[in-house]
Amino acid sequence: MKTTVSRRNFIKGGLAGTVAVTALKESSSQAATFEGYPDGMGVLVDLTRCVGCRSCEAACNQEQKLPPPEKPFDDFSVFDEMMHGQKRRTDETHYTVVNRYDVPGLEHPLFRKIQCNHCQEPACLTSCFVNAYTKTPEGAVIYNPNVCVGCRTCMIACPFYIPTFKYSSAFNPRIMKCIFCYDTRLKDGKPPACVEACPQEALTFGKRNDLIKIGRQRMVETPGKYEDHIYGEHEVGGTAWMYLSSVPFDKVGLDTHLPKEPILNFVKDFLGIVPMVLTIWPALFAGFHLLATRKDWLKNKNDDAHEEE
Amino acid sequence: MRFFSHQRPEIPIVDHIKPDGSQWTIKEKLWLGLSSGDYFKQFFRNPVNWLMIAIFVIGVPLIAQRYIYGLDAVTHGSDDYPWGLFLGFGLFGMVPLSASGFMLGTTCELFGRKDFHPIERLALLNGLLGYFFAVLFLEVDLGMWWRLPYPMFVSLGPAAVLFLVAWHVATYLSVQIAEVLPAFFEWIGWLKGKRVIRKMVLGLTIAGIILSTLHQGALGALFTYAPGKVHPLWFSSNFQWIHFFCSSIFAGLSMVIVSSTLIRNFAGWRCDDHFKNSLDDITVKLGKGCSLAMITYLVIKIVAVAHDQEWDYLLTGWGSYYMLELGIGVILPMFMFAFGVRNNSAGLVRFAAWIAVFGIIWNRLNTALVCFNWQLYQEIPHWKEVWITITIYSLYFLTYRFIVYRLPIVYEWKGEK
Repeated sequence: MKTTVSRRNFIKGGLAGTVAVTALKESSSQAATFEGYPDGMGVLVDLTRCVGCRSCEAACNQEQKLPPPEKPFDDFSVFDEMMHGQKRRTDETHYTVVNRYDVPGLEHPLFRKIQCNHCQEPACLTSCFVNAYTKTPEGAVIYNPNVCVGCRTCMIACPFYIPTFKYSSAFNPRIMKCIFCYDTRLKDGKPPACVEACPQEALTFGKRNDLIKIGRQRMVETPGKYEDHIYGEHEVGGTAWMYLSSVPFDKVGLDTHLPKEPILNFVKDFLGIVPMVLTIWPALFAGFHLLATRKDWLKNKNDDAHEEE
Repeated sequence: MRFFSHQRPEIPIVDHIKPDGSQWTIKEKLWLGLSSGDYFKQFFRNPVNWLMIAIFVIGVPLIAQRYIYGLDAVTHGSDDYPWGLFLGFGLFGMVPLSASGFMLGTTCELFGRKDFHPIERLALLNGLLGYFFAVLFLEVDLGMWWRLPYPMFVSLGPAAVLFLVAWHVATYLSVQIAEVLPAFFEWIGWLKGKRVIRKMVLGLTIAGIILSTLHQGALGALFTYAPGKVHPLWFSSNFQWIHFFCSSIFAGLSMVIVSSTLIRNFAGWRCDDHFKNSLDDITVKLGKGCSLAMITYLVIKIVAVAHDQEWDYLLTGWGSYYMLELGIGVILPMFMFAFGVRNNSAGLVRFAAWIAVFGIIWNRLNTALVCFNWQLYQEIPHWKEVWITITIYSLYFLTYRFIVYRLPIVYEWKGEK
């Protein structure tokens, strides 16, 4: 068939098409409908498989070049440590921590690893006023210490109490948190160090969308073994790290009262009034001023008129 | 000072020109017209100054310790409690108490209420210093304090509430400096500067209203990032910013009542008759504003409880504490203001203002510290943290007094204006 498209028209059409595609693309990626990067990675933590060996803690410490711990990683007395009536938490030398939970009616304890859950719409990121946090398309929430001011609002905002601050440093403080081994592994498609170190396959690395399917599949394959909920699928708008458990999640120290929407949604009521105040207030109050001082103005005008006469 | 002003009719200084016809130099104005010997004599006779010295002797090394060894050395700031007294009191407490600047600016300049004129400059100064020292408190608390301009110029996160606070507090500080400058220009005798500001005053005032509405509200909105951490009674996604903004209205007015009372009682030599004679009347009028703002605040507080269905919480221990805060911090002073206004009793209004100031600090500390992490544990600030807070507050007091003693804030400049 003979071609009827001239070269010039072809280029024109091509350009127009590119513009149209770009425009469409932009309009379809509005922040309001953002549900996370489609190919974002995640980890599924199966609490029924974890034996509390702390290999993940050791691997993390090595990978992230954190200082050596006070007690070695094969010392299990740390599970009894309590601070302010709380079990161990992440701090400036531990990006991940395993805790033991003795659940009544269960003959063996359960162990739960905690680290940054890498939210789909992270509270730390949305609360940061210097853009120190980034959610990468690979799924990690990473932190840039070079712009951080140290206001610690991210620590206030994080619903999981994950970011920690180097309070001990006067000249080089920074936020310390799990970054999904982004620099050294995740950006090359490799699983984080803790996942690789796990001898029990309690941690499954994969695309977040696939992990949800895997979690559901396990529930179907072994009826009654798991709670009918993947913790992190919807919590605070969804997280990249998710949990499966055989007992209710509050029994293993996970907050079950978290909202199912991103933390940012609680702030939007205020953010919504900002443009209104900025645009309406000037006119409104200038109007009030004119109304309130109208009598003076009239008086001045009359006085001037009399003087002219 | 009272002692000298009896002996020497030319002080306190209210004019550029001495009785003998020569000019006061800036240096003489700074020394309040006294010889340095006399100045220190009156300085050390004042027991308040000895208290200040005692606070600074311990406080300054503690501040040095904070900058050399880090926040860990002086605070109980932790991963669970990132914010302590520096922000809980210094930022969240000082800023509402400094709303006086925009309140009285609006009343005088925008609504043309000339009857409030004698207290306008004091209110503006109270606002300016409150904000300045809130920033100073922030500078003690920030981990990387040397990066304070980063949110403005280096790395911008405009979608964050704190971004708005940073920009607004910074712009509002400049607005307030401009509003207080005319007093300074009169004092140094540079009238051209004063005329320039005079032309901008309506713009500055409206800018003040916008910026204040937003950043007073934004300080409240900061806590909406922590829906699960702040106790539900002190948390309201919808109303938090209105609570903070509305309470800042009576907080600012009460603070200027307290401050004018202190100045009239302890620096009476500096006030002119116009200020002294109109103060009772103005105080009662301000009290009226306070009681109206308080009833509004109270209603919105109750609406928030109703909106979020939190009545059950009122029956718990936290609920009792909540009602105690509202009872002592809002309802009690509200009725005292109302009675004071009705009976034209400036004394009662002044007493109510003290309680209201206490109440607002109590509310901010409750939101930021006491009721924060209510399901975890309560943190008690390190004594050094308390001491540093008092030290910086003392510096605020000294700066405040230094300016009031000199610039035409509570007296009218007799020279060219």
